Amino acid sequence: MSAAVDLVPFEEALKRYDPVIGLEVHVELGTRTKMFCPAEVEFGGEPNTQVTPVSLGLPGALPVVNRTAVESAIKIGLALNCQIAESCRFARKNYFYPDNPKNFQTSQYDEPIAFDGWLDVELEDGEIFRVEIERAHMEEDAGKNTHVGGTGGRIQGAEYSLVDYNRAGIPLVEIVTRPITGAGERAPEVARAYVHALRDIFRTLDVSEARMERGNVRADVNLSLRATPDSPLGTRTETKNVNSFRSIERAVRYEVSRQAAVLDASGTIVQETRHWHEDTSSTSSGRPKSDAEDYRYFPEPDLVPVAPSRDWVEELRAALPELPAERRRRLHAEWGYADAEMRDVVNAGALDLIEATVAAGTSAAGARKWWMGELARKAKSDEVELADLPVTPAQISELQGLVDSGRINDKLARQALEGVLAGEGDPTAVVQARGLEVVSDDGPLLEAIDAALAAQPDIADKIRGGNLGPVGAIIGAVMKATRGQADAGRVRELVLERVS
Amino acid sequence: MSTISRDEVARVAALARIDLSPDEVTRLAGELDVIVDAIAQVSAVATPEVPATSHPLPLTNVYREDVPEPALPVEDVLAGAPEALDGRFLVPQILGED
Repeated sequence: MSAAVDLVPFEEALKRYDPVIGLEVHVELGTRTKMFCPAEVEFGGEPNTQVTPVSLGLPGALPVVNRTAVESAIKIGLALNCQIAESCRFARKNYFYPDNPKNFQTSQYDEPIAFDGWLDVELEDGEIFRVEIERAHMEEDAGKNTHVGGTGGRIQGAEYSLVDYNRAGIPLVEIVTRPITGAGERAPEVARAYVHALRDIFRTLDVSEARMERGNVRADVNLSLRATPDSPLGTRTETKNVNSFRSIERAVRYEVSRQAAVLDASGTIVQETRHWHEDTSSTSSGRPKSDAEDYRYFPEPDLVPVAPSRDWVEELRAALPELPAERRRRLHAEWGYADAEMRDVVNAGALDLIEATVAAGTSAAGARKWWMGELARKAKSDEVELADLPVTPAQISELQGLVDSGRINDKLARQALEGVLAGEGDPTAVVQARGLEVVSDDGPLLEAIDAALAAQPDIADKIRGGNLGPVGAIIGAVMKATRGQADAGRVRELVLERVS
Repeated sequence: MSTISRDEVARVAALARIDLSPDEVTRLAGELDVIVDAIAQVSAVATPEVPATSHPLPLTNVYREDVPEPALPVEDVLAGAPEALDGRFLVPQILGED
């Protein structure tokens, strides 16, 4: 497993080779029931409690297509600018593996429901890269194997495997790109940005929760190298089941480095599937594609063709929600952020949060200040997503409202936010419980000012003499004495009154 | 005319996990030849105006609404399992193939 592999540094490899990528992305649809039977689908159910004779492939069990799954597949096709087939059918893909009790996967082969599309993908610096979509087809997920014994739950060395068929038969849509050329050194970033854009589209269409960490979205990364952009396509490898955005980028980089080393040594690339190893960010050889890939597809005799009427397709097209790219453009204009600010917001995953904060009544600038400032730092130091911080847009809006009304200043607001993040309640409650409100009563302020002037008689004299320079020292002392709860402007006024 | 070789029969048998003796491979190569020849005759008769048939019934769009129905009880699910453990099917170790 840890056999040393020659690698050419990525940048070095790009001097001699042009990378071509291809992505196959599977999304689990969020339907209530499975693709071909009415077993209820719920994440995290007890093993084998979401299973029917169809998901088990029992003799005589007959599949029936889930209409909502077809509708979701059409929506995905439309969002990816695809043609929707006037008629298409299912096919059996035959293979033997314990996660597949029927010994075939019901999929689509020569007649996918959607084909010939494209998606414009925005890279981190704002450049737009067009990815061409070859097809999107419907199929079903397999069960889940747990390998017991051996090391790290891997197949190698396992003593036996336990199989749970709850996942078997959950509807999937697989989206296949054409070879993506012309990305050059940005190939890893394009791959990542493309899958990210797909994930956002799935969520916007509300066809899937599209949670990467739950395996709702899984990518197979194809990569080949060729000498120049004019050379014919090289032999590709397919790295299976890369399940995070970061890993997609890394898998592309790794295969570029590995294949470059093989080619540099006058070797040949074996067309094969490869396994991705999250722990080492590397791939290892799986099985050769040749014979094993002979799935003996044939039309599924138990299902009739799906022929979506043009009326239905047009109805779905008309009802498509505002897609992520359009929405970003609209919000960018509404919020008036600079281009770079907007990109940072998008890249930080703060778009939804800021939109919700603004919807709760906060200015776009105020919302950005919190999410991209204090909270972004907190998320970074805790190594979590911004959205996973224990604070809601409504709370941020309430917090900024307290600042706007003068009840707290920015410094106190940060302390209040700490309290919110620590689970002490909503901002107003934290402000009260921690006694964070700005001291608006002049009495305690005057006491603190007199104490400060008395403690620093030299400075008091200078100010009395008309030298206002050192007034800051007195204000600082007062702020300290009031634990930051004084309004600095008011303190200044009072100091000047006091010495005049 | 022989179109199906013994190697092809052996390969398809391996893919289908069917254990065939050498005699069976030879016999099936001949039998499959007859079937393939018969289908070739159909192909010769079929003109471009005759669409390929994957289903004998002129039906399309047979759907089910996305409404859950009760699943099988776990005992029934596992009734046919050669072995079970913790509510799951227990299968022999899987070799490095997926």
